[in-house]
Amino acid sequence: MNLWQNYIRPKNLSEAMDAFAHAPRPLLPIAGGTDLLLDLEQGRHSPVQTLVDVTSVTEMTALEKRGDELFIGAAVPVNRVTTTPEVAHHAQALAEACNLIAGPQVRNVATLGGNVAHALPAADGTIALLALDAKAEVADPTGTRIVPFRELFLGPGKSSLKHGEELIVGFYLPLTAPHRSSCFKRIMRPQGVALPILNCAVWLERENDTIKDVRIAVGPGGGTPFRATQAEDVLRGKSLTEETFESALETLLAQSQFRTSARRASADYRRHIVNGLFRDVVEIAWKRAEWD
Amino acid sequence: MWSKSLGNEQNGINGMSNINLTVNGVQHTLEAKPNEPLSTLLRERLRLTGTKIGCEEAECGACTVLVDGEPVVSCIYPAERADGKTVVTIEGLASTLTPTPLPLGEGQGVREKLHPLQEAFVEHGAVQCGFCIPGQIMTAYALLRRNPNPTKDEIRFALKDTLCRCAGYPTIENAVLAAAEALRTGEPVKKPTHIPDSIHRRKTVGHSHLRPEAVEKVTGKAIYTDDLVFDGMLYAKVRRAMIPHGFLTRLDISKAKALPGVVAVLTAEDIPAERNHGLVIYDWPVMVGVGERVRYVGDAIAIVAAESQEIAEQASALIEAEFDPQPVITNSVQARQEGVPQIHEKGNLLKHIKVRKGDIEQGFAEADVILEHTFHTPATDHAFIEPECSIGVPLPDGRMEIYVGSQIPYQDREQVARVMGWPQERVRVVGQLMGGGFGGKEDVMGQIHVAMLANATQRPVKLLFDRQESLLVHPKRHATQIRVKIGAKRDGRLTACETELYGDTGAYASLGEKVMTRATTHSAGPYDIPHVRADCYAMYTNNPPAGAFRGFGVTQSAFAVESMMDKLAETLNLDPVELRRMNALHVGSVTNTGQVLNESVGLTECIDKVDAEMRKHNPLPFKPTVDPANPNLLRAWGFAAAYKNTGLGGGAPDKSGADVELYADGTFQVRSSAAELGQGLVTVMRLIVAEEMSVPPEQVSVLVMDTDLAPNGGPTTASRQTFVTGNASRYAAKTLRDQITAAMAEKFDVRPEQIRFENGIVHVNGNLLTYADVYQEMTASGQKPLVRYEYEAPKTQPLGTGGDMHFAFSFGVQAAEVEVNKLTGEVRVLKVISANDVGMAVNPLGLQGQVEGGVMMGLGNALTEEFIVENGYVVTDHLARYRVPGIMLTPEITSIIVEHPISSGPYGAKGVGEISSIPTTPAITNAIYNAVGVRVDKLPVDQEVIAREIWERGEN
Repeated sequence: MNLWQNYIRPKNLSEAMDAFAHAPRPLLPIAGGTDLLLDLEQGRHSPVQTLVDVTSVTEMTALEKRGDELFIGAAVPVNRVTTTPEVAHHAQALAEACNLIAGPQVRNVATLGGNVAHALPAADGTIALLALDAKAEVADPTGTRIVPFRELFLGPGKSSLKHGEELIVGFYLPLTAPHRSSCFKRIMRPQGVALPILNCAVWLERENDTIKDVRIAVGPGGGTPFRATQAEDVLRGKSLTEETFESALETLLAQSQFRTSARRASADYRRHIVNGLFRDVVEIAWKRAEWD
Repeated sequence: MWSKSLGNEQNGINGMSNINLTVNGVQHTLEAKPNEPLSTLLRERLRLTGTKIGCEEAECGACTVLVDGEPVVSCIYPAERADGKTVVTIEGLASTLTPTPLPLGEGQGVREKLHPLQEAFVEHGAVQCGFCIPGQIMTAYALLRRNPNPTKDEIRFALKDTLCRCAGYPTIENAVLAAAEALRTGEPVKKPTHIPDSIHRRKTVGHSHLRPEAVEKVTGKAIYTDDLVFDGMLYAKVRRAMIPHGFLTRLDISKAKALPGVVAVLTAEDIPAERNHGLVIYDWPVMVGVGERVRYVGDAIAIVAAESQEIAEQASALIEAEFDPQPVITNSVQARQEGVPQIHEKGNLLKHIKVRKGDIEQGFAEADVILEHTFHTPATDHAFIEPECSIGVPLPDGRMEIYVGSQIPYQDREQVARVMGWPQERVRVVGQLMGGGFGGKEDVMGQIHVAMLANATQRPVKLLFDRQESLLVHPKRHATQIRVKIGAKRDGRLTACETELYGDTGAYASLGEKVMTRATTHSAGPYDIPHVRADCYAMYTNNPPAGAFRGFGVTQSAFAVESMMDKLAETLNLDPVELRRMNALHVGSVTNTGQVLNESVGLTECIDKVDAEMRKHNPLPFKPTVDPANPNLLRAWGFAAAYKNTGLGGGAPDKSGADVELYADGTFQVRSSAAELGQGLVTVMRLIVAEEMSVPPEQVSVLVMDTDLAPNGGPTTASRQTFVTGNASRYAAKTLRDQITAAMAEKFDVRPEQIRFENGIVHVNGNLLTYADVYQEMTASGQKPLVRYEYEAPKTQPLGTGGDMHFAFSFGVQAAEVEVNKLTGEVRVLKVISANDVGMAVNPLGLQGQVEGGVMMGLGNALTEEFIVENGYVVTDHLARYRVPGIMLTPEITSIIVEHPISSGPYGAKGVGEISSIPTTPAITNAIYNAVGVRVDKLPVDQEVIAREIWERGEN
């Protein structure tokens, strides 16, 4: 089967961009390849001349604290994301999300960048990053720039990145502080493709019995990864009572655009089960941010 | 801002030229090739074929190897990425140990250094077909490297995406625990202790024994068809119609033929003789020719042989085909309607099957309660982890060898010979280890195509299906619609059962008539009912063919009737167990087909034992209990019973032949062309001959699946092999023993009664002879110590004649505890108790694997599996879309063996392969009803349907 002809393994961003500029086209960057190679094999993507393997690009494999942010390289395998204590500490929702992706043989190669670049509105890593207020560092032939996370997505499966010209280098996440916490959970079905029917990540900061600040991401709540900003407004500044929660849920349902996906879930069903999922995730995050 | 120079010359913008990597401690420098995954590099370039390919889509985990200490799926790992890295495969596992591993303990013919994980997999019976085992072991090895003392949950989490279709997940878990302990303590691997011997045990049979081929399966040395390479071998690709119904109007192979590297392109015009194949009816075209009808997407229209797989695929794509599309028949009910297109000359009806007993009108007139309901079950796929592979090898003398993992080697031979226009003896089927079958490797897949191509090119030709082709082409489990009307007295006595079944046999007959006959005869359940009427319409459609699949139609009808039994119990306010007990078949009962059961009916004991075990967990098992920590979670048990024939039945002659031969070194070989597909037949044959000859099992080798070297064992289907080939092996051995007795009696001039066989020694009136001595004595007197025995099972009668339709039945009862989330409808199966009346357990260790695997396959049938075809096009054409249960879904499985021997079986044994899987689905769906009051009447269970019904009732 014809999938690629040249395989290039740049060691740094400069080499990667050089390959982008000069290697035979069509060209694609490849990280884990757990989705991309299947797209090529199964004909969803036409064969390419060049694959640029970014898994050895130093800038993209770093996972470290930088100032008041945590940097996670786009080519870091999700298994490393789940097992790195800093991630569990500063971005628990992300560690939880990455831990649920596939089995270890896939998690060892699949990357966070790939999870995001596929632009699926319910990718587990993506939903967690969205709630954690991630920013993306993007490289192009002219240099790198910081892009607000949500600007990476145009629609289901459509990334705003220019194919074969731009690369996600990594993600910056704010460091955690006392009384800030996050949580991720999802609901699956045992048949068909291994995409969640629904997933949800919540980050919140608590001040005594009040939600000082909160971010809520739900997938798939629209064509792009969905932030329930209006529900966040409802919760912000309130105590987590049944009444507040109900009001937030109602607002979330009004703002979201749950759709029916064939053989996975109807919009009705998603609207029904979001209640329990959202409740669980908020409550766990709320408890994790406890004031003693 | 980026600098323009690339520092590394070898890694320039035109890619790499070499890959340097260390594999199992050996350094290799290999030229980089486009498109090459690591799995191909390992298997084809380094010939490390222990790494298996099951799906090429990162779903099954069979190809797992360690790269720099971490497990990865090598099928989607670009080989070039392994440059500079260290790879460990199954072949290198034992040598990772320091100090060197201990030799494997007693019980093995081959003494070999094994890693404790390998040893534990062997000892615990975690190895069945063996195809997934390298992936399981490598994944477990990676786990133990970072976590030497894992919990069961941690093991499950690590193995969650490493699929085992034989589904010995509980034993895999136990094996990993035992290996971890051995590695921590340095003590030998602990053996399983929880598997009791048969109550009818003898010296050898009835005790747990290891598989003779287990060691090669855990070391990666086991050879499956795709692991074979022949000099000058070509690679084949089949061009398929990819439309569900139409006429082929134009076919142009000229571009394909012109492609460099293509050696042959054949079409229907090149078929030498018989144009169709089939197991019962020759209705399946080897290739569809121009002007002929395409009946499903998988129909072949041309076949290519080329120098490489890549070229064969390119050539196949260059074949031009045009069709005149016809309206598509999408289901069996539609197929029977007036005025719809007729797919075959004789129409869409393959068979109308009728069962009549008593007077159905009278039966319903006598009933106090009558219930009626209609159920639907989907097509499902066997999803054996090893996809189909055939290799045709032409011999200089004009004969043809076919290397293939097939469930029916002699019928492959016949079908190949008929198409080639040859006498059967010109074809030799050389069976290979099979990575699972489950009924899905009974029909011919690539065997005829490789014979044609190998004959045309006079070179060996390999045809390997990828997962997509496997899913598209081979026959499935029949999708059915089953209406059940059941009548009973107020006290629960059943008076009448009427069923109407529709079975979708797809484009070709395969075993459709037989499967749906079994569905029909068993459609009133394992109950003594005076008045029964069943009608089944087995229909052709434009879906992929349906044929044999573990359970053989009874899986479907048991779901329907066992759901009805629970509905009836509820209506009558009776305990569902009591209702079944009251009506259960027993010795003296008459089945729906008029057969009087004279012996070996262990159903009541199965019911009693499962009931008792279940009530130990919960005395009120069918009442929902709420999880105190989460009020949305409700738990309850469900109960179901079933029976399943052993053997072909229905008047078909049911035979198996076996040879038993004594060799000069005093060892024996038993031979039969029956199939070992992972179920454990080879072990059973070995134990039986060891028992009869009074030798240790290690002294008996087994050869199966070779039409030149072994007599016909018949099809490996209908749970029949332990019975028929077991009997053939036993009688062959007995006959050989009698011959030895006669020969020694003459030689030493003693009476035959003075000769005893004990512990591998023949006692002749005080003289002790080894079998090597016996061999010498016999050959010296011109006798060859070889016996061929053709066993014929007790005669059966065709359906409708009222006689014995089957010579034996197995009985099974299961109870399942489920947990249902009433908010989301999610279902988890927590516990399954399975009791099976198998007559006699020849090898309890192997039986354990059959029981656990049966439960898991039944669980998949209930919860995860649905082969979706829309308007004739297959939606579930990848493993990612067709989900089979993994270890995370594995409940706690308790196996209870019930042994009501059948006098005609070997030591009383009857079949178990299918019965172990049949009651699982209705036990689960009945439990769901008991937990949340939702009656599942369409499989697989849909959590959305459950949630919706609950919220529409206003309960959540």
